[in-house]
Amino acid sequence: MPDLLIELFSEEIPARMQRRAAEDLQKLVTNGLVEAGLTYASAAGFSTPRRLTLTIEDMLGESPSVVEERKGPKADAPEKAIEGFLRGAGVSRADLEERETPKGTILFARINKPGRPAAEIVAEVLEHTIRNFPWPKSMRWGSGALKWVRPLHSIVCVMSAEDGAEVVPLDVDGITSGDVTYGHRFLAPGAITVSSFEDYEAKLARAHVVLRAEARAETIWHDATNMAFANGLEVVEDAGLLAEVSGLVEWPVVLMGRIADDFLDLPPEVLQTSMKEHQKFFSVRNPKTGQIERFITVANRTTSDEGATILAGNEKVLSARLADAKFFWENDLRVATSDEGMAAWVKALENVTFHNKLGTQAELIERMAVLARELAPMVGADADLSEQAARVAKADLSSEMVYEFPELQGLMGRYYAEAAGLPSEVAAAAQEHYAPLGPSDDVPTAPVSVAVALAEKIDKLTGFWAIDEKPTGSKDPFALRRAALGVIRLVLINDLQINLGEALVSGFKEQVMASDFSEMHSNPFGSFVDHEEEIEALETVPRYGAIEMILRTDRAFEVFLQKTRDGEYFSEQESHPVEKAAAKEQIEEFCAYAEQLRFLSGKSDVPAWEDGDHADVERRFAEVFNIESENLLAFLHDRLKVYLRDQGIRHDIIDACIAMPGNDDLTLLVKRARALSETLKTDDGENLIQGFKRANNILTQAEEADGVEYSYGADVKFAETDEERTLFAALDAAEAVITPAMEKQDFTTAMTAMASLRGPIDAFFEAVQVNSDNGTVRRNRLNLLSRIRTICTSVADLTRVDG
Amino acid sequence: MSETPENTPSAKPKSFQAIILALQTYWASKGCAVLQPYDMEVGAGTFHPATTLRSLGTQPWAAAYVQPSRRPTDGRYGENPNRLQHYYQYQVLIKPSPPDLQELYLGSLEAIGIDMTLHDIRFVEDDWESPTLGAWGLGWEVWCDGMEVSQFTYFQQVGGHDCHPVSGELTYGLERLAMYVLGVDHVMDMPFNDPGSPIELTYRDVFKQTEEEYARWNFDTANTDVLLRQFEEAEAHCKMILEQPATDPKTGKRIIMAHPAYDQCIKASHMFNLLDARGVISVTERQAYIGRVRALAKMCADAFVQTRAGGWSEDAA
Repeated sequence: MPDLLIELFSEEIPARMQRRAAEDLQKLVTNGLVEAGLTYASAAGFSTPRRLTLTIEDMLGESPSVVEERKGPKADAPEKAIEGFLRGAGVSRADLEERETPKGTILFARINKPGRPAAEIVAEVLEHTIRNFPWPKSMRWGSGALKWVRPLHSIVCVMSAEDGAEVVPLDVDGITSGDVTYGHRFLAPGAITVSSFEDYEAKLARAHVVLRAEARAETIWHDATNMAFANGLEVVEDAGLLAEVSGLVEWPVVLMGRIADDFLDLPPEVLQTSMKEHQKFFSVRNPKTGQIERFITVANRTTSDEGATILAGNEKVLSARLADAKFFWENDLRVATSDEGMAAWVKALENVTFHNKLGTQAELIERMAVLARELAPMVGADADLSEQAARVAKADLSSEMVYEFPELQGLMGRYYAEAAGLPSEVAAAAQEHYAPLGPSDDVPTAPVSVAVALAEKIDKLTGFWAIDEKPTGSKDPFALRRAALGVIRLVLINDLQINLGEALVSGFKEQVMASDFSEMHSNPFGSFVDHEEEIEALETVPRYGAIEMILRTDRAFEVFLQKTRDGEYFSEQESHPVEKAAAKEQIEEFCAYAEQLRFLSGKSDVPAWEDGDHADVERRFAEVFNIESENLLAFLHDRLKVYLRDQGIRHDIIDACIAMPGNDDLTLLVKRARALSETLKTDDGENLIQGFKRANNILTQAEEADGVEYSYGADVKFAETDEERTLFAALDAAEAVITPAMEKQDFTTAMTAMASLRGPIDAFFEAVQVNSDNGTVRRNRLNLLSRIRTICTSVADLTRVDG
Repeated sequence: MSETPENTPSAKPKSFQAIILALQTYWASKGCAVLQPYDMEVGAGTFHPATTLRSLGTQPWAAAYVQPSRRPTDGRYGENPNRLQHYYQYQVLIKPSPPDLQELYLGSLEAIGIDMTLHDIRFVEDDWESPTLGAWGLGWEVWCDGMEVSQFTYFQQVGGHDCHPVSGELTYGLERLAMYVLGVDHVMDMPFNDPGSPIELTYRDVFKQTEEEYARWNFDTANTDVLLRQFEEAEAHCKMILEQPATDPKTGKRIIMAHPAYDQCIKASHMFNLLDARGVISVTERQAYIGRVRALAKMCADAFVQTRAGGWSEDAA
């Protein structure tokens, strides 16, 4: 059976696309072949910067012939219908067969589909593959219309068997297939005729092309580590970089170069980032000092001077790159250590938008500072340090280094804060406050870092919540789920007991108060010269997220803004319609309230009004803040469920705990959930749920039927059976343990005591009929059940537990 | 080993200008019209109408030229070894892109004295996009021993128009390339004319003072109110030009003023770059300004394809 070799030879394919492209080529071609009936034994795809290659072994020489039967119309159908059927099936009248069926005489066509030679199928499948290749980005070139990742130059398509090889003829927009490929662009550019995959791979190797990407990566890593080791150094591992570099060369040659002494005192992260991002160099580190001292570059060729020219060139380029980095570093240090220090950068952030509805980065920092100070006592941090850290944390966004290498944000902040002589806690917070970003990122534990990290995330959550940018489905453009998980992990891993509800209210409040409304409320929509000016003035309103949040109640503002944009409301002569006046009034009123709130908090010197009911201001805002805070807390609880589910705690168990008071203390909530989860894994715990549910059902039904609540007054003196009396005693005993345990938040003890009720409850239901004919006895028993409910639900809302 | 005359590399250039001359000679020999720089301040060679406008429409085109380019934010008072606010680009545009464009390009490197047997030339993915021109293409940055020496782009869209046929564009950063070829570490040390000339001139002699003057002006002195006003004026002017009827009332001829309008677009773009260097444009405003320049570029492109050079013909119309 023949083998098949395909190579698509093009101009340089981006490294990041090569691996996937080789897989796609294999998948598309083999799927196409199999669909046409050509099965095969094995297939493999390969890629280099200039070629995608596919080898298929032991493919059928031709597709099997098949006989297909197709059901047609009834024999007495109109002639037109029959003709149509014949055309569709491609057969003549004589080929039809009449067959009796329960539905009458039906015509059947037998269509013989003879096998087709493999070459024909291969040509079709390959052409279709080329024309429909799923490149992430593709292009046209010259005057043609064909699309490929870069210009496609030639196609090898050869079928080989023991008796020789033949080209599968194929023409895609003028590119005809053949058995010729080319070697390394510089080392062996000549044409190579190939007859099989083995022949191809061997000839390419002689022409300085290593076909297999893994082999190239292996060579690079092997040579790099050896070279470093020989100098007492080590290569900094970077799998992503290794894969990329393997896709940039057909003939890897590893060279190790020096970093000029001038640059060795740059922070190692700066060296590493600059070398990787700009030059695709590996960093080579001195294991003793941790300093990066050399670099590894991978050339695509050998030279007669053993790479001396190439290495000299690379060293020169690196020096230029690092001269830039050093320029940034020194300029930044000059600012950081100046009299004004990092405050100069914060000031510059007044001109940098954080989000157009949430103000500038400087406003964000202001909000973070207030939140960090508020959170500090709850996380065991110093309030002054936390506030200071929050004010410094984002300063490095103005630095030249971070402008050049955004991925160094935070880290540079730390270096600059240290250089500025700021307290080490403040410097650490600058670096750590972004964390944790991913679910497996380290969580900061230093109290000041924790305070700022929480402040950053609470601000983000409340801000985007306020402007209604909540995540929906797969869309979460501002990564709020990640921020929520960050809050959860910061709290849990540091074992913090924080009243999150209050923190969220503070967050919302800051969203309002960080902005200055004085101009807005005094004369927000005076008299405008033209329509555009009016729209501009209006559009600055929703920048203050909280206003939008408050106005969202009836969407009046949105409607107002839209109608104004549409030009419906603007007219120089006519008076404003009633709706417009009403909406304006509402906006102005809220701006005034917001300004008054700022005044009351000491953020502004000028009150919005002199007299009046301040309590009313607080109340109006508190109402909105509380509602939004509840909603946001529910979102955090949802993320917590996902987080705990991954740790093996069931959904219903978490729900049972969320239903309890104090659920904004996540540490408490999780402690409770873990204890409940453990309890429910025991035999007693599992069965207790059954007993509890039974008690609760009977009780609920009775309460509904009787229209009363059985909540107290169970008395042992009305007990008729030992089982009842035992249950009374057990409940007394359990309560005596559970109440103090709950006060100490010792959920394990409380729940163990609760689980111990399983025996007495089961025995009770076994022996006792609750609905006794004696009304007193019945009431007493229902009140007894009520005690079960009260005691159990004081631990968690067991009604929500499945079972 | 004795070399036959045919494969003797051309005499290795000794100065900045020798490299420019070698490129001019090379591309002239490959059939390009060797044009002169455009007489306006631009950020890159791409802005020359010989590239932006000529890459539109169906007419074949082949041009090569030097373009002085200005990037105000890159000014370093002439102190950085390779950053300048004013520098030269060498630009080649061939439409439709020939199948051997990579080989032609490599030939140009040999022509300026890069020994292909000793250096490591690489084509590294770099998709080009000009948000101000509403243009994008796919291609590479070309590395020589780790240094980016050129941009190589197959234009796919310009001014919002799909390119049919596709132009191949090559852009060489002349200073960097020349420094490399000449083995100079600091741009200011580079010989501008050949060493040994009666009056030897280095890049420093020609440009050090201007780098200082412009850096000070770009970063600290340029009057932002004036720049802003000039931006607005150029924008308004561009629109006004394009609003004129296609037929010139005086001559009665069809004269669409795509080029004069495009000049104003270039001007607006440069004003924006200056404002940016002065640090008075916030991140949000940036996008808005870029959008305004792009709108102008698109209008100019729309106008150009209505002209003869842009492929318009009486018969088709």
